Amino acid sequence: MNMLYVVGGAILLLAVYIWSLYNGLVALKTQIEEAWSQIDVQLKRRADLIPNLVQTVKGYAKHEKTIMDSVTRARASMLSAKSLDAKAKASDALSGALGKLLAIAENYPQLKANDSFIQLQKELSDTEDKVAYSRQYFNSSVLEFNTKIRTFPNTLVNEILGFPEKEFFGATAEERKAVKVNFE
Amino acid sequence: MTITSQIRGNITRTYVFMAGFVAFVVFAAYVMGNALGYGNSWMAIAVLFSVISSFVSYYYGADMVLAMSGARPADRKRDFDLFTVTENLALAAGIPKPKLYVIEDTAMNAFATGRDPEHAVVCATTGLVDRLERRELEGVIAHELSHIKNFDTRLMAVVAVLAGTVAFLADMFMRSLWWGGHRDRDRNDNLGGLLLIVGVILAVLSPIVATLIQLAVSRRREFLADASGAYLTRYPEGLARALEKLHKDKEVLEAATNATAHLYVTNPFKGKNFGAWFSGLFDTHPPIKERIRTLRAM
Repeated sequence: MNMLYVVGGAILLLAVYIWSLYNGLVALKTQIEEAWSQIDVQLKRRADLIPNLVQTVKGYAKHEKTIMDSVTRARASMLSAKSLDAKAKASDALSGALGKLLAIAENYPQLKANDSFIQLQKELSDTEDKVAYSRQYFNSSVLEFNTKIRTFPNTLVNEILGFPEKEFFGATAEERKAVKVNFE
Repeated sequence: MTITSQIRGNITRTYVFMAGFVAFVVFAAYVMGNALGYGNSWMAIAVLFSVISSFVSYYYGADMVLAMSGARPADRKRDFDLFTVTENLALAAGIPKPKLYVIEDTAMNAFATGRDPEHAVVCATTGLVDRLERRELEGVIAHELSHIKNFDTRLMAVVAVLAGTVAFLADMFMRSLWWGGHRDRDRNDNLGGLLLIVGVILAVLSPIVATLIQLAVSRRREFLADASGAYLTRYPEGLARALEKLHKDKEVLEAATNATAHLYVTNPFKGKNFGAWFSGLFDTHPPIKERIRTLRAM
């Protein structure tokens, strides 16, 4: 009889453990999906700001065609990118091109003084921040998820549950700081 | 201590504090009521009063704190940097964007309040927003959002209102003592006299005890909020530089009162109204220099 209680208790404990692990993983998965849609929103927001910016810059600096073309191209390739990795790379390329475009404004005092340019510049640098921060949240959620399924004893149970590891969005947080463009 | 266990600790501590508060008030009211000769009717009133103020502080603490500071809602166009920085860091922290308010005051400060991330409020002075660079402002806002995410704000809002209530009750007792509200004067035996003395001691002590709890609760939290804020921005230097500027700023924030002091990012009084001999015990915040050193070492 005693033996029965022990075995029953052990099975119950195991069931509770698997149950809570499963729910925890599902919650984290949802969090990651949410974080991803947030990144997507911000990437779109940035893409929407670019045509206006290019138009404004054109009005004052017609000769900077190469830089403007590179921004337009980077924007197009980011919009067409499908996989997580491709999107992250295209997004970084766009950040770099945008940084150059905004830097040439230094040579055009009239452009620099233009109200709509100033406004766009503020919005863009804010959107860059938003992309960076939503990405940071996404990656830290992915890290939490992957750590959870990789550590013992969760890893044994996950053999049955079968959650695959999640993919990071491009560069890790440390690398991100290196590519981050500061417009100020 | 990890962040999650810190959050759980804060939530439990809030309930323990509220329960302890009710118990303390009931006990104090029993002693005071008997000392004054009102008997247990005082206690009944006190129970009702303390339970109600516990609930009020839980649900309306944020609004009351906000009303006390006289702030206006922030506007995306007018307060672009403050508004967007808060949006961005809320993204990074994975919490909804808190309601944002601005105090028109040239002193530099900010505070956060609200019972949970869904009902949070962040408030900054115009002096802070105007004089800090965007990255420095990020540091300060990240510090405030960490208070929200760690549920410090719930505990602090509850403590702010309850400490005020204790002070109010003690004040009432002292007044009614003054007016000599004895109903059954013939019960002037030894027990009555003893109770009177205990009552006076309690009345004097309780606001001090309440204040000390309030301070102890807030000081430890500042270092943790600094650290988790730096984790959000990945740039501790931002907050360190902001703190340096705040430290140099000698202006006193008029909108702050004793009850709301512990909510701010740095002590709004700049140590002006406390005597030096107990400054360590009565400081709502750890020394700024120590905080800057810790941030720079990250």
